[in-house]
Amino acid sequence: MADPRNVDIKDQPGFRTIAIICVAVLYVPILILMIFSFNTGSLVTHWEGVGLTWYGTALLNEEFHNAAENTLIISVSATIVSTICATLAAIGMTRVKPWRGLPAAFMVINLPLMVPEIITAVATLSFFALIAGAFGLNFGIGNLILAHTVFCIPFAYMPIRARLEDMDLTLESAAADLYATPWHAFRRITLPLLVPGIMSGAALAFIVSFDDFTITQLVAGPGQTTLPLYIWNQIRRPMTPEINAISTILLLVSILFVSVSFLIARRRAK
Amino acid sequence: MALSQAALFEAKAEKASARRNRLLSLPALIVIGVFGVLPLLIILVYSFLQAAPYGGVQWKFSTDAYLNFLFQQDIFDDTLQFTPDFLIIYLRSFLFAVVTTVICLLLGFPTAYFMATRTPAQRNWWVLLITIPFWSNLLVRTLAIMFIIRDEGLINNLLIGLGVIDKPITMLYTNFAIQLGLLYSFLPFMILPLYASLEKLDFRLVEAANDLYATRRQVLWRIIIPLSLPGIIAGCLLVFIPALGAYVTPLILGGGIHLMIGDLIAQQFGSGRNWPLGCAQALILMAAVLVALYFYVRTTSGKIQHG
Repeated sequence: MADPRNVDIKDQPGFRTIAIICVAVLYVPILILMIFSFNTGSLVTHWEGVGLTWYGTALLNEEFHNAAENTLIISVSATIVSTICATLAAIGMTRVKPWRGLPAAFMVINLPLMVPEIITAVATLSFFALIAGAFGLNFGIGNLILAHTVFCIPFAYMPIRARLEDMDLTLESAAADLYATPWHAFRRITLPLLVPGIMSGAALAFIVSFDDFTITQLVAGPGQTTLPLYIWNQIRRPMTPEINAISTILLLVSILFVSVSFLIARRRAK
Repeated sequence: MALSQAALFEAKAEKASARRNRLLSLPALIVIGVFGVLPLLIILVYSFLQAAPYGGVQWKFSTDAYLNFLFQQDIFDDTLQFTPDFLIIYLRSFLFAVVTTVICLLLGFPTAYFMATRTPAQRNWWVLLITIPFWSNLLVRTLAIMFIIRDEGLINNLLIGLGVIDKPITMLYTNFAIQLGLLYSFLPFMILPLYASLEKLDFRLVEAANDLYATRRQVLWRIIIPLSLPGIIAGCLLVFIPALGAYVTPLILGGGIHLMIGDLIAQQFGSGRNWPLGCAQALILMAAVLVALYFYVRTTSGKIQHG
């Protein structure tokens, strides 16, 4: 017998149809949006011809350049800081004997996932307004980097922790038996084995930062437009397929990073 | 003697290194503590202050924000009058979130079950197919829905082209648009946790039930669903919480006419210029989320105890 999962007694009537409908429903709107980005006409939903006109318009637009630059500064910085924090935290919370504060520490790390984004957004806005008013502190775009780092940490943390938990501990003890110092064992054994987890975590952190709209919109100061904010500004004007072109670029970036993260995770599973 | 001393030394070194390792979690805890937890405490304080006329707060204690949530001061005789406007928005959002959760479950469960019963190679592709929308930009996905249901959108153009209707059906900026947007946004959030739970299901139980002449329907209701309950609860929570606090969906598809809690809160920090009220509204939403999380913890820990 082939794979036992193929035996049809497990099939439930109609489930295949629903699954196909779900995937179609998830993809059709995105695909239509993408297809219309190649429309040469100036109406978002009326087709005239195939071309890259609007990609040209978007890429030559200075506002788009500024938004792209801000987005990259913020998401690259937030990804680096959050991945370092998450890696250290994952080691600090798996390679230790359970201690009393551990569940609380775990909750703090995961807090950004449990609080609705709009609450985080207004709380962060209030916080930066308070320190600006009380101490005259304003980090400029650093405000956004800090806000993003907070919600990126749990996303980076999850795959790194999973990787640490799956890891064969005998390798580390073998290194210790061979008189490797803890630092040496970490540098030569644990870290190389951890790299896929770190990369997968960094990819997820990058996507959530790159795509963030709610928190960025409330916290951003003047001139701190990111790509999602740029799209939002475009929605409020008469729309042209330029918005489809920019949206398509954003979707492709997400798809690229998700696939990378997914493939790394799958290689681990093998 | 020498041996035990060496062992003692080793144990001591191990203990010290374990303690050192604990410190490694500090940077993450400090960053989230200062820029994530502290702001939540600040909005708690702000909610008990007075609004400054141009946004921000005045440092005077006041419970106005919470009173204003339910009552409004009469301009003429200063009495408080019950004004359920905000409460209605909360109830509407709750209803939206419940409907979204139920429909996502009805669509997501069969999908996740179908995925879990494929061959391992096929399963990988299905998971990737659901993972991509899960991580795709929510704003862009909402925009995609908007393009389809606009007056000049695909559906209306198609129906007019076919001669079914001659005037576009208004779908954008209605409750229907918000509901559709929420379903579309959060469907992957239901499928993935359900799949994670169904994938671990021991399918020999299904075979055993089948051998004992159970019908497919009985197998589904008596075996598969009870065993995947933790995944069902996790999926419902992952849909319910973000749907309740949704901001982007009602902003774009509701057009500021049909508000949900998310826009209401943001409004107090924008044109409303009433930060304390916005903080109080955010905390009331937070309380609702904590109730949902409490039920989650209680039901899941109960499950572990039973079996």
